[in-house]
Amino acid sequence: MRITQGTFSYLPDFTDDEIAAQIGCAQARGWAVAVEFTDDPHPRNVLWEMWGLPMFGLADPAGAMHEVRACRAQYPDHYVRVTAYDTSLGRQTTALSFIVGRPSDEPGFRLDRQESAGRQVRYSLHPYAADRPRGERYVTGSYRQNGARGG
Amino acid sequence: MGQQEDQRWSAGVIPYAQMGYYAPDYVPAGTDLLAAFRITPQPGVPPEEAGAAVAGESSTATWTVVWTDRLTAYDHYQAKCYRVDPAPGREGEYIAYIAYDIDLFEEGSIPNLTSSIIGNVFGFKALRALRLEDMRIPLHYAKTFQGPPHGIVMEREYLNKYGRPLLGATTKPKLGLSARNYGRVVYEALRGGLDFTKDDENINSQPFMRWRDRFLFTMEAVNRAAERTGEIKGHYLNVTAATMEDMYERADFAAELGSVIVMADLTVGYTALHSMARWARRNGVLLHLHRAGHSTYTRQKSHGVSFRVIAKWCRLIGVDHIHAGTVVGKLEGDPANVRGYYDTLREARVPANPGNGIYFDQDWGSMPGTMPVASGGIHAGQMHQLLHYLGEDVVLQFGGGTIGHPLGIAAGATANRVATEAMIKARNEGRDFFAEGGDILRAAARRCQPLQVALDTWGEVTFNYESTDTPDVVATPTA
Repeated sequence: MRITQGTFSYLPDFTDDEIAAQIGCAQARGWAVAVEFTDDPHPRNVLWEMWGLPMFGLADPAGAMHEVRACRAQYPDHYVRVTAYDTSLGRQTTALSFIVGRPSDEPGFRLDRQESAGRQVRYSLHPYAADRPRGERYVTGSYRQNGARGG
Repeated sequence: MGQQEDQRWSAGVIPYAQMGYYAPDYVPAGTDLLAAFRITPQPGVPPEEAGAAVAGESSTATWTVVWTDRLTAYDHYQAKCYRVDPAPGREGEYIAYIAYDIDLFEEGSIPNLTSSIIGNVFGFKALRALRLEDMRIPLHYAKTFQGPPHGIVMEREYLNKYGRPLLGATTKPKLGLSARNYGRVVYEALRGGLDFTKDDENINSQPFMRWRDRFLFTMEAVNRAAERTGEIKGHYLNVTAATMEDMYERADFAAELGSVIVMADLTVGYTALHSMARWARRNGVLLHLHRAGHSTYTRQKSHGVSFRVIAKWCRLIGVDHIHAGTVVGKLEGDPANVRGYYDTLREARVPANPGNGIYFDQDWGSMPGTMPVASGGIHAGQMHQLLHYLGEDVVLQFGGGTIGHPLGIAAGATANRVATEAMIKARNEGRDFFAEGGDILRAAARRCQPLQVALDTWGEVTFNYESTDTPDVVATPTA
């Protein structure tokens, strides 16, 4: 499956130029760009890990793209997103958030149902990746390589 | 006591203007509530007297002099018509500006406010027609209201969705589906890419589908769609019912099932909406309002209440969503007026702007914004127009434009989502998306067959009818 969180997940994955254009737009509007990553794609997981601090005051898409590439290189089998933060009074919130890197294989979610009285069902969304410890959840590429070496 | 003062208290009937309700020298206080009425006096009634009559009948006056006024500081409680202008280009119509002291109104109560301002006066015989065009709610009074239970910012953070309009669809057909079939429609629309689906205003608890069954099947669909997409999904479960007890029972059940949102219809009345707004804040559930019935009094230019006033009242009461027009869809909505409604709902400060029908500066302080909802006859081929007219903080609802897609409901949803994302991408890249909208959509459709089919099916559909309600002042292009 393809997780469709973020502003542009229904479009084909962006090229670096397309990512830089969105970053440039955000910076031109005075929004602070930040890079975040995670291997827990549950939609209620708000707290993706921060790749450094938000780049307040930076008006250079190339500088932000450097951080995007560095984050993707260090966490290849993770979800990586670019966010833009609007500090203006009355907003003080994320203005744009889109995925710029994702694992090569996304196993998706299992929907757990707990039946109870009166035909009610308690639902729980379970990412298959969460069955493994953090850092080993989407290492399918290296996992397979290691496995091949071992075999 | 002077001669004029003597006459003021003579028993019998004297003109309202002479009773102090017309006060052209009055300078409104910052704490006053101001109203702009469009008045059409009966033949022979001077406009100033008509304006004074409206001020009188919507505050302290009755048809004759009463000595008991003299037991009060009456000039404090009297509303004052402080200005009357001819309505531009509208023979026989005038705009009367009336100031009300803040003490006339109970804190935090739209029922009380409306009983005063529109309670009796609209049937007044000396007027042929009367319309409440706009109100300035002083910040002092606005601060006594709860406002939206969550507001636009909190809604986006709750849903984890940023940077684009939210997308929805009303389940169709409106009436007749069984609960199980209803759940199918919800699932297909949400898994295909919409954020929300919606009960229609008249889906409550009928013999063909009782509310509890609908809630259960719908929540199965919502959760299945979340599993398929990894996104938070929602369905506006309509809790409109005959009694507040019934509404609470349904809303409580929706919250227990984990629904992120419930809805109510405007037909439930202002008191019930106040109650639901508190319930929604207390339970952490978004509150969607369908403005069912509003056109009976908002549509005609000469009589009734403008929707910009209804929008103001509903933001004060506290709803997270309200239907506010599409401009390009099937329902009434002049572009300038709709822009005025959207500003009123979303902005912290709205300056007077006759071109958009806004008569007064409005300061909302820190009250959160209400998300406007555009619903009724819109489709993916209009995405550039929708983004241009309505902006980003809006729910675009494609009912027929999702469920009527030739390749199925999910394909219809995908077409709408792809069109939205492609248009936001182009806008952010600095393209003139309004002028190039057709090209942008066609390019996106080359990589998305559902969008291509949507454009082929509805690309040329428009609803070009003249609006019945437009601002008096037409903005003149300056460039």
